[in-house]
Amino acid sequence: MVSSETAPATGQRARGLVPFLRSQMRNIAPFLTLIFLSGFFALASPSFATIDNLGNILTQVSVTGIIAVGLTFVILCAEIDLSIAGIANVTGIAVAYFTLQESYVNIPNIPLPGAAAILLAILLCAALGLVNALGLTVIGIPSFIMTLAMMQIAAGISALLVRGQIAYKVPDLITTLGSGAIGGIPWIVIVAAIMLLGGHLVLTYTRFGRYIYMVGGNREAAEYSGLNVKLILGAVMVISAVCSGIGGMLGVAHFGSAQQNEFDTYLLDSIAAVVVGGTSLFGGRGGIGNTIVGLFVLGVLNNGLDHVNIDSFLKILIRGVILLAALIINVYAQRLREKAAD
Amino acid sequence: MPEGQQPILELQGITKSFGGVEALRGVDFALLPGEIHGLVGENGAGKSTLMKIIAGVHTEFSGRVLIDGQATHFRSARDAHAAGIAMVHQELSVAPDLTVAENVFLGNQPTNRLGLVQWRRMAREAGEQLARFGIDVDPMSRLGDLPIGLQQLIEIARVLFSGARIVILDEPTSALSPPEVERLFVTLKRLREQGTAIVFISHFIEDILRVSDTVTVFRNGRKVAETASAATSKGALIEAMIGRGGEALEHSYTDDLMLPRPSDSSVVLKVDKLSLARSLQDVSFEARAGEVLGIYGFMGCGQQELSRILFGKLKPDAGTLAVDGTPKRFTSTAAARRAGVALVPESRRAMLFHQEPVYKNISISILDRISSLLLKPAQERDIAKHQIDQLQIRPPVVGLDLGMLSGGNQQKVALAKWLTYPPKLLVLCEPTRGMDVGAKNDVINIVRDLRAMGLAIIVLSTEPETVLSLADRILVLKRGAVVREFRNEPVSKDRLLEAA
Repeated sequence: MVSSETAPATGQRARGLVPFLRSQMRNIAPFLTLIFLSGFFALASPSFATIDNLGNILTQVSVTGIIAVGLTFVILCAEIDLSIAGIANVTGIAVAYFTLQESYVNIPNIPLPGAAAILLAILLCAALGLVNALGLTVIGIPSFIMTLAMMQIAAGISALLVRGQIAYKVPDLITTLGSGAIGGIPWIVIVAAIMLLGGHLVLTYTRFGRYIYMVGGNREAAEYSGLNVKLILGAVMVISAVCSGIGGMLGVAHFGSAQQNEFDTYLLDSIAAVVVGGTSLFGGRGGIGNTIVGLFVLGVLNNGLDHVNIDSFLKILIRGVILLAALIINVYAQRLREKAAD
Repeated sequence: MPEGQQPILELQGITKSFGGVEALRGVDFALLPGEIHGLVGENGAGKSTLMKIIAGVHTEFSGRVLIDGQATHFRSARDAHAAGIAMVHQELSVAPDLTVAENVFLGNQPTNRLGLVQWRRMAREAGEQLARFGIDVDPMSRLGDLPIGLQQLIEIARVLFSGARIVILDEPTSALSPPEVERLFVTLKRLREQGTAIVFISHFIEDILRVSDTVTVFRNGRKVAETASAATSKGALIEAMIGRGGEALEHSYTDDLMLPRPSDSSVVLKVDKLSLARSLQDVSFEARAGEVLGIYGFMGCGQQELSRILFGKLKPDAGTLAVDGTPKRFTSTAAARRAGVALVPESRRAMLFHQEPVYKNISISILDRISSLLLKPAQERDIAKHQIDQLQIRPPVVGLDLGMLSGGNQQKVALAKWLTYPPKLLVLCEPTRGMDVGAKNDVINIVRDLRAMGLAIIVLSTEPETVLSLADRILVLKRGAVVREFRNEPVSKDRLLEAA
């Protein structure tokens, strides 16, 4: 019995190394990119490959990492969230708005105890995520458009709260987590690591995580399997908004100030991290592991370009080219897999 | 019809095979100008294949095609179009986001010298053409906003008025209401007077007999009869279509089959006066535990919509449904699943995850029973293993990607999804379509086992054999309404076809 069961298995699986590598291209290519970039910068600059600099890179990618956890969920469902940076910004501003500021800060704010400020900020980002969710699932607005509108709405709320001013104080807990360190390790790195780990555990080991992959893999089949697709999509949009909100609060503490347009670059960085890491834009493939690799590729690239003598304007172009290359690989890997499945 | 006229189109000894299976065997066919030629035959008899050869869709075949007596070989649909041949395919092929006028002139909009579209002229001419067809719509309205039947009429109108000399209509009436069918027939007769040759394919034999001059019958890739419409009857055509005792290989259901006495077990599903736009009208029936209810009808008769309503994918406009006596209004497929309804749709692609392993495909609908929060992959694999053994899925490997399995085995996986925790009501759409005889028998046996377990099962199919091989009781659905119920009485393929 055993032999008759295993024989076809090996017959089907032993298809040679090359097809296996092709099917794993989504995971291998980003990793090779990371190794290549690290090697290149290590050779090009003596100050790159040091423990200190590794700490720098980790700190630099932390806020992006926290936001990217939720975004990974969204992209796995074959949706997109363009409001992540806007929601991060408004949540960071909100937590400062509910905190007592120094007398020279001229914002008509509402000081509250730290815990209440944090709670209200979290509620705000969750509510904005819920609006995204309702727009997507109940009204049926494509997520690209819905979250584009939310990006503006979040920016609008931010503007109304700070009115062109800058706030500095946030609750002590947020200050510690955003800019403090324990045993030489910045808290923000620890928070990012915990959230990435949590995201990975949810995606890999829970029923909800499985549903996310199935909805992303074939939404129609998920519906015909009796899954509540709208509920899953809605939950994912809320999770994304809450992750963005946490990233925003810690980011404000990390930068030391809360102001308009503070997080604008994080939209592209977070999307780039998820996609460069190899999570499929068509949904159903990838995960937090890919996002971590993507974060490091971006982190090494940004950091490494500062260590070598290069025109700072050229840096922007180089980042764009790397992103394009990752997108090409992403689409190509999808096609290879589909061919293998047919 | 004048005798001795030269055919506008003549086919000689056409043979066509798909991967070793002969779809057409030595077919001769001639079409005269000013003739409406009806084509009948079962699904897969070769009608559509022959028409696709005429329309230049299939270019690889043996035999000769003569247009006006000249041997021709079309290399593409474009070639056929240039020779004056136009076809309306079974599936609607319109551009819903364009205007009615743009659809009428699709591909040859009137332009001025600068190459700009002359909108006003296009709208006026489209309006005039459609008016001649008895369609009164604003040519500048968006086509997708119109009812399906009207969209189909507009597509037909486009082809009819394209100036083609030979027009092929494949199942043009399935989505049309009776007055719309009348309008179509009037137009066809007018075109015939102008000398256009028309081929008319339909499952509705009454329609064929009413409108056509000549009828040709296909069976198993052969032309088995050609006769003047006035000299034949519905019964004679059905007999020619399905043959008598010809196919020994598979049970052909040409003889009467006795349906059992209706079961008096509990009613699992009760459907009352279900209606949906143009698809369903006042459909009422019940399904009982331990009974297989067959629902037979032609393509487009509303089966698909009915199955989607039962599984909460579509919401009916009117009517109620009750499971185990409790009225239900499903807001999602998840709600239907929780109420104990399971659906296997006709397309495997629509319910399976080709890039995921077999065990994840089998466990997806029952994950909430296996685990509340954390996955239990070992248990999922055990369940999948059990189902693979039960249903003899090959190869028996739980971790294999589903896409690696053959079609028949994929269909078994689609069934296996629902069997570990059996539902109260199992709705199967075309459960044996496109399967070889062995796989078909396996599926039939699985369904019988499930019936013995006390499930209520509904089988919807456009193939009479499928319904006849499985059902204890049969409803015939025609243009969205239940027109006949067979119970505790003899039934056969021609009786079913007669009723539809």
